Amino acid sequence: MVFTLFAAVIICTGAALEGDYYHEQLLTFIGIFTLLAVGLNMLMGYAGQISLGHAAFYGIGAYTTGALTVHLQWSPWASLPCALIMAGVIAYIVGKPTLKLSGYYLGMGTLGFGMIMHVLFREWTTITGGPNGLVGIPSLSLWGLDLSTGRNYLYVVWGCVLLTFFICDRLVNSRVGRALRAIHYSEQAASAVGVDTAKAKLQVFVFSAVVAALAGFLYAHMVMFISPGTFTFLASVKLVAMVVIGGMASIWGALLGATFLTLLPEHLSVFADYEMIIYGGILMGVMIFLPQGLTRGVLDIYEKFRAKRKGTVED
Amino acid sequence: MMQELLQYLFAGITNGAIYAVIALGFSTLYNATDLINFAQGEFVMLGALLLVTLWLQLGLPLPLAFVLVVLAVGLAGILFERLAIRTVRKPDPIVLVIITVGASIFLRGVGMVVWGRDPMAVPPFSELESIEIAGAYLLPQSLWIFGIVMILVVALTLFYKRTLTGKAMSACAINKRAASLLGIGTERMTLMAFALATGLGAVAGIMIAPITMATYDMGSMLGLKGFCAAMLGGLGSLWGALLGGFVLGIAEAMGVGFVSSGLKDAIAFLLLLLILYIRPTGILGVKSSHRF
Repeated sequence: MVFTLFAAVIICTGAALEGDYYHEQLLTFIGIFTLLAVGLNMLMGYAGQISLGHAAFYGIGAYTTGALTVHLQWSPWASLPCALIMAGVIAYIVGKPTLKLSGYYLGMGTLGFGMIMHVLFREWTTITGGPNGLVGIPSLSLWGLDLSTGRNYLYVVWGCVLLTFFICDRLVNSRVGRALRAIHYSEQAASAVGVDTAKAKLQVFVFSAVVAALAGFLYAHMVMFISPGTFTFLASVKLVAMVVIGGMASIWGALLGATFLTLLPEHLSVFADYEMIIYGGILMGVMIFLPQGLTRGVLDIYEKFRAKRKGTVED
Repeated sequence: MMQELLQYLFAGITNGAIYAVIALGFSTLYNATDLINFAQGEFVMLGALLLVTLWLQLGLPLPLAFVLVVLAVGLAGILFERLAIRTVRKPDPIVLVIITVGASIFLRGVGMVVWGRDPMAVPPFSELESIEIAGAYLLPQSLWIFGIVMILVVALTLFYKRTLTGKAMSACAINKRAASLLGIGTERMTLMAFALATGLGAVAGIMIAPITMATYDMGSMLGLKGFCAAMLGGLGSLWGALLGGFVLGIAEAMGVGFVSSGLKDAIAFLLLLLILYIRPTGILGVKSSHRF
């Protein structure tokens, strides 16, 4: 029901934006970041495992499809499964030892992995094009329908978002989702009642990596140029910020966080040199005053306000 | 060959000493507050840029400028704790990580607005010739750095072992509630730890400025490397920070010299992953790695 409504909103917005290239592109970017945030939210919000290197999987998706289509002239549709599988396999290999850590230590482990991948993107020049980036990635088309133009691509991206939302929603309300939440509350208790915690954590880590790779694939074929600068530590932090600011353990929170942090720099660019100061300030401010994130924070304020008003009426 | 090896070793020790000082900052703070400050590198940057202003632009004598810079950055650390850390309602690790990252972006922005985007050259502390040892050259600045680091570690060790305040701070690290029951002002200790940690960052910035030039974005990588050094040696241990710094510095210098300069930044993080998998407490880890 909610999803049908959501799809309708997307289609209407797309139709309303007809020809408005700037806003179409902005909305497409929001879609890509929503994908990343919702994947990461499964890991952070539900399973309670922090990842400070998620941009690496975003990059793996983008560079796998980039390298296959540019160097080997593959069709993007053939490289899509490769990109997803690549990210999944790497996540499995990296996740197996890393997920044994927790708290700050897990954050550091994923941070280290992210930095190493970034150096690899920058230095493996024959495959990745080095610091100058990889140029000439083809755009998507399907049965003669050109998907590169603004509105069509917007539908492709948001279609993927919708699909991912649907899968996440199903996952959260399934046996796996309950196991993840149990791990979040107490890993020891979860394992005591028979949850294979290591397996469940690894599964959700691989899942979020595959979603990030899908976002990377969509990004690469939209911009048609990728460079290591997109997949830095700061990008990973931004993804974490999206999840936390939007509100953890909420699919719609990821959408809100991604929208907020994608639009923010757009509106801050008028401040020119002061942009970073304001961006950092807002990030701190939201965390200090609404540590539950915007979704929960605003709801809490609303409920408090209502309770207060009720109180005065009853007096 | 020997000559090259020695040259890389000198470079490694110099960088390692800087990493060690930043790592000391991480460990001091982690000891007292269980917090990892992702803005630590930005305090290093503030130290370097303030030195440019006080020493080069206002023409103060170097020792005076040095002291003033450290005090000013320490004060910035106190302000940071008061405004951004103390006020947090729900001190979750993830929330604190985002806040310190927000602070690092904020401070980088301040650095850019105040000092501009261009890197500024800083002369070495003393105008001496390079010293030649077995065909390799040692910069006098390296000697300065090495000396300052040694003084710092000894001073910090004495502080923790011999003074009442230092002992109170270690008590907070071991058990905050017990310390507070014994009449130790834990909040004041937290504040002091912040001042100490950011002051140490400023020292690192002052020392490295003549080697790498000072810019508003020099801090982030230094902060992360310093963090790797702290983890390597054992988060919370002073000698561990020192050891981790030197191991990291020398490994990096050898990697650059014998493998490839592009891989320089990967080495620190490879070591980080390695230590996390093999021995999460670090080489000299004192605290058992409580994995919360």
